[in-house]
Amino acid sequence: MAENILRLEDITMQFGGVVAVNDLSLHVDEGEIVALIGPNGAGKTTAFNCVTGVYEPTNGRVSLLGDVIVENHPQGKMKGQYLGENAGKYTQVVRHTPDQITQRGVARTFQNIRLFGALTVFENVLIAKHMRAKQNFLSAAFRLNAKEEKRMRDEAMALLKEQDLAQYKDEVAASLPYGLQRRLEIARALATNPKLLLLDEPAAGMNPQETQELTDFIRKIRGEYGLTIFMIEHHMDLVMQISDRIYVLDFGKLIAQGSPAQVQNDQRVIEAYLGVADDAEN
Amino acid sequence: MNEKKSKKGAFIALVCVAVLLALTIVLENTLDPTKNIMLFTVLKKGAVYALVASSMNLLNGFTGLFSLGQAGFMLLGAYTYAILTIPTDTRSAVYYLYGGCAINFSLPELFGGGAAGLILGVLIALILAGCVAAAVAWLIGLPVLRLKSDYLAIATLGFAEIIRAVFQWDKLGPVTNGANALKGFPTFSSFNIKGGLRLSTFVAFLLAAVCIGVILLLINSSYGRAFKAIREDEVAAEAMGINLSRHKRLSFCISSFFAGVGGGMFAMFATQAQAKTFTTAMTYEILLIVVIGGIGSISGSCIASFLYLACSEWWLRFLDTEVVLKSGFKVPLLRNGFRMVVFSIIIMVVVLFFRKGIMGDKELPDLFRARKNAKVKGGEGNG
Repeated sequence: MAENILRLEDITMQFGGVVAVNDLSLHVDEGEIVALIGPNGAGKTTAFNCVTGVYEPTNGRVSLLGDVIVENHPQGKMKGQYLGENAGKYTQVVRHTPDQITQRGVARTFQNIRLFGALTVFENVLIAKHMRAKQNFLSAAFRLNAKEEKRMRDEAMALLKEQDLAQYKDEVAASLPYGLQRRLEIARALATNPKLLLLDEPAAGMNPQETQELTDFIRKIRGEYGLTIFMIEHHMDLVMQISDRIYVLDFGKLIAQGSPAQVQNDQRVIEAYLGVADDAEN
Repeated sequence: MNEKKSKKGAFIALVCVAVLLALTIVLENTLDPTKNIMLFTVLKKGAVYALVASSMNLLNGFTGLFSLGQAGFMLLGAYTYAILTIPTDTRSAVYYLYGGCAINFSLPELFGGGAAGLILGVLIALILAGCVAAAVAWLIGLPVLRLKSDYLAIATLGFAEIIRAVFQWDKLGPVTNGANALKGFPTFSSFNIKGGLRLSTFVAFLLAAVCIGVILLLINSSYGRAFKAIREDEVAAEAMGINLSRHKRLSFCISSFFAGVGGGMFAMFATQAQAKTFTTAMTYEILLIVVIGGIGSISGSCIASFLYLACSEWWLRFLDTEVVLKSGFKVPLLRNGFRMVVFSIIIMVVVLFFRKGIMGDKELPDLFRARKNAKVKGGEGNG
């Protein structure tokens, strides 16, 4: 079996007395496409935010390629409020800010597109190259390392060409049509040279044809960039076609996992999610 | 293609600045400064304010950090510059209340006096003025930059007021001369060659141009893009691997550095440095220039700075003087203070109806380019 690229152990995220994610354990292996599904408010995006350092989980551990990147146990006020079962299991506290986690090779997109709206398409991608540039603000300001700047520009341009966005490079990002904004957001995430790509509802607001294109696109980038993809998605067509494995969350709890076929036939999933979602979507 | 365009834009801008600099020399040496006091006041003060407004724009317009501490950093710069450059033999006269100054050297003299000593001393004093402001900004930034939007503005405003109070503190008298003014240091006029070229306005413009040039270079570098990313969306910027606290602190320190240099230049312009001049009202003036020029446009800040100062110091002066016509008719409303009323109304109109300011977020070269593009598009339409 391939190495676990991402591993969540007993992740619990509590906001006061509300348990958004409850003892979530899962793993994503290298090269896989894994989907995290569940009804609205099930805690999917919260789980993503725990992985990317936006939230600090109340309890549990996240490791990336074997390195612990996030670990926490209930502290302070949370000690009394903690409702989970694994209180004594984790003892260290490991924190990383979102930018550090991105530098370790985890890129993400957002549920509501978060592009740099006033900047051009090219600049949006170029910004992702900033973190790995070998320069400080003086050498950057006085153009002492023009090679580095040129390398950044060339890489960003090459990526735009690969993603068929080159003809829009001077357009302001906010002026792009919705589908292109989604693609640009993925391109921008790819520009950080990730090993693991987290997609938060990439097909939100897309029609069936666009969703189909996105399905092919995700497969394509997995092959081309050697990526592992972990995504949240509501479009069952997309999820069932593309995923190697699926995790199902409901009210913060993992209720099922397995291959698309297994999940589709799981009675609890049908009750909690699929039956309702199918009615709503078709 | 785009890079070529931006190089061309930069070239045009450079030529414009060179022409402007040459023009200041010509102007100052053809017009009699004693008869055109207002013009040269506006030009010199405008250059200083253009720099300070640009530094504020770097922070407020490009990084999206709403800070109101500019006057505080200018004060630090002005005092640092003044303390380092007052000639040693005039120190006892300046600090007479405190029995002389605690610091007994003067940079221009350390560099051997004369023209070379003056230039080197002033330059290094200005750079040190910026460094002091930047160092203080780094310290202040540790707690303050954790705050967002309005809260950051309030905290920095408070800082500027505290600095002003501290510098008037009697116990610091041997260094800051208490609440009294520091004077006697080299000013812009010190650069006028006796019996030769008058260079005071040119020096002001040159210093401001170089500093604004550095700000522009920074904004157009990778770091400038990171700053803009933070302005656009902090969460996304962080997800792109941009270290928020580091970049915010960097922007804050660089902005304060240039505010400090601007403060030193303000002291050179005003020929004295006194804590009570660096009030909150001064920060608001600079904020106003930034808003009128366009938040996110350095050239806007520069243009607005001269326009604002020309209006407030010169063109609207007549509103403050009572006018009685020959027939004995006293023109209504014209009296002392009316200028500020009119000025306030103009500002309100600008904020209400021209919210993007003169330039929006465009720079001067962008305008040439926009016109060219429009022409190309128009041509296509005809064809």
